[in-house]
Amino acid sequence: MLDEVEQVYRTESGRVLATLIRLLGDFEVAQDALQDAFAAALVQWPSQGRPSNPRAWLVGVARHKAIDRLRRAATLRELEPALAVELEGRAVAMEPDVDAAVPDDLLRLVFTCCHPALNLEAQVALTLHAVCGLPTEAVARAFLTSTETMAQRLVRAKRKIRIARIPYQTPGPGDLDARLEGVLAVAYLVYTEGYAGTSGEQLLSVELCEQAIRLTRALAELLPERSAIEALLALMLLHHARHRARVASNGDVILLDEQDRRLWDDATIAEGVALVERALRAPGPVSAYAVQAAIAALHARAPSAAETDWRQIVGLYEVLLRLRPTPVVELNHAVAVAMVDGPARALDLIDALAARGSLAGYHLLPAARAELLARLGRSADAASAYGEALALARLGPERRLLQKRLAAFGSASDVGRPVLSSDILPA
Amino acid sequence: MQYLLLIYRNEAELAKWSQADTNKMTGDFRSFTQAIIQSGNFKAGDALQPVATATTVRVRGGKTMTTDGPFAETREQLGGYYLVDAKDLDEAIGIAARVPLAAHGSIEVRPIRLMN
Repeated sequence: MLDEVEQVYRTESGRVLATLIRLLGDFEVAQDALQDAFAAALVQWPSQGRPSNPRAWLVGVARHKAIDRLRRAATLRELEPALAVELEGRAVAMEPDVDAAVPDDLLRLVFTCCHPALNLEAQVALTLHAVCGLPTEAVARAFLTSTETMAQRLVRAKRKIRIARIPYQTPGPGDLDARLEGVLAVAYLVYTEGYAGTSGEQLLSVELCEQAIRLTRALAELLPERSAIEALLALMLLHHARHRARVASNGDVILLDEQDRRLWDDATIAEGVALVERALRAPGPVSAYAVQAAIAALHARAPSAAETDWRQIVGLYEVLLRLRPTPVVELNHAVAVAMVDGPARALDLIDALAARGSLAGYHLLPAARAELLARLGRSADAASAYGEALALARLGPERRLLQKRLAAFGSASDVGRPVLSSDILPA
Repeated sequence: MQYLLLIYRNEAELAKWSQADTNKMTGDFRSFTQAIIQSGNFKAGDALQPVATATTVRVRGGKTMTTDGPFAETREQLGGYYLVDAKDLDEAIGIAARVPLAAHGSIEVRPIRLMN
């Protein structure tokens, strides 16, 4: 039964919280009420059985608990009497149909957690915690911070929402697109963090990727016919389809060209491909997510690494560069160019990029250089570039891969292999 | 002639004060405020919520850019103020974005702290 309650928490707490915030008018009051309701569930469901509509049960119980808390707080003079009365009034107000209100409530919650007046770290933390229902410890682990640091981050964010009066609402039509960009950026950030960790021992966090996908799917349902959301979902699915092939049983990285494509999930690829095709056909300018998804689709549909349509990929990177001219996209572009025009041309591009200094601490730049130098037979330069990459790389599995490459780069079998960075997602 | 008196202090340090010292300071402020009201010098005055509740607004290329946190540039200096009423932060940000110099500077939006 504990598992069942936990399961309900994971799938429903975001929606329940969202409704409670609307009913109670206060984030923190709603969260306390939510916790009280789940505590009650833990006590009552084992003997009474799980209610047929857990969400409605939880909302109902939470409201009553909130009223109790507010009355106690007013009595103990913790709350301004006027405020207590106001909140209590809201809590007892007639609630027609919980289920009907939920989609709007969830959307409101997402937009509030991703409000631009909160810093990005706070947005991500709050979204994972409040919308996705991840406990504080899990959010902390995802971002490799201590639970205490994460708890403080969440407290500060909620305090700002309350004190600065960040409104709990979905933006109006005039602002929706701009605000949606912010929400998608948060979802994307969660996904990239899950897709490729930057330190520690785990390359990939399937759970985090799945949270990001769930969130983006929810957005696609709540705000249908928006190609940016569909494109982002496509991008995530097309990368996620490969996850079983990306990591060896001992935790080692398996690069794209070496992945066992039978382990790629065809159904997920099919869904991703369908979504990206729709997103590309949609009217209006194409989004960067759509272009990235199209690149991922080309990789996903190639029956083997050798049959990858690198020429088209280069073309798509050139489009992406116009939409999102970031150094990481430039690097990825150069890596693709190596597969079409050879390592020398790509090396020129990467050296020019390196000279500008914008990717100074990024290990994949020297790693890419090293691969290209190795292919050109420039052993000493390749070795020193691998050294640079190792000095910067913090993720255990990646370090091991770089060490192996450093040891073996002189062998002929490495000529013509795609470099380390062809699998990365631009930040 | 009117003057604006801006109160700067170290937030972290103040947070470490004992309850007794904090209460005394609150009392001192109350007395001071009353005194300058009496003397006719007082025009307006408020405590502000901590910097963690601040939002900085800039308008660049016609787009409103919102960042979490107080204004923190060394190349810009305080030049003026408005005290406004708004139903929530979005409305306050909207007003801040319309301040003509928002396009060439930064507007910090800080909630007022109501003292009772």
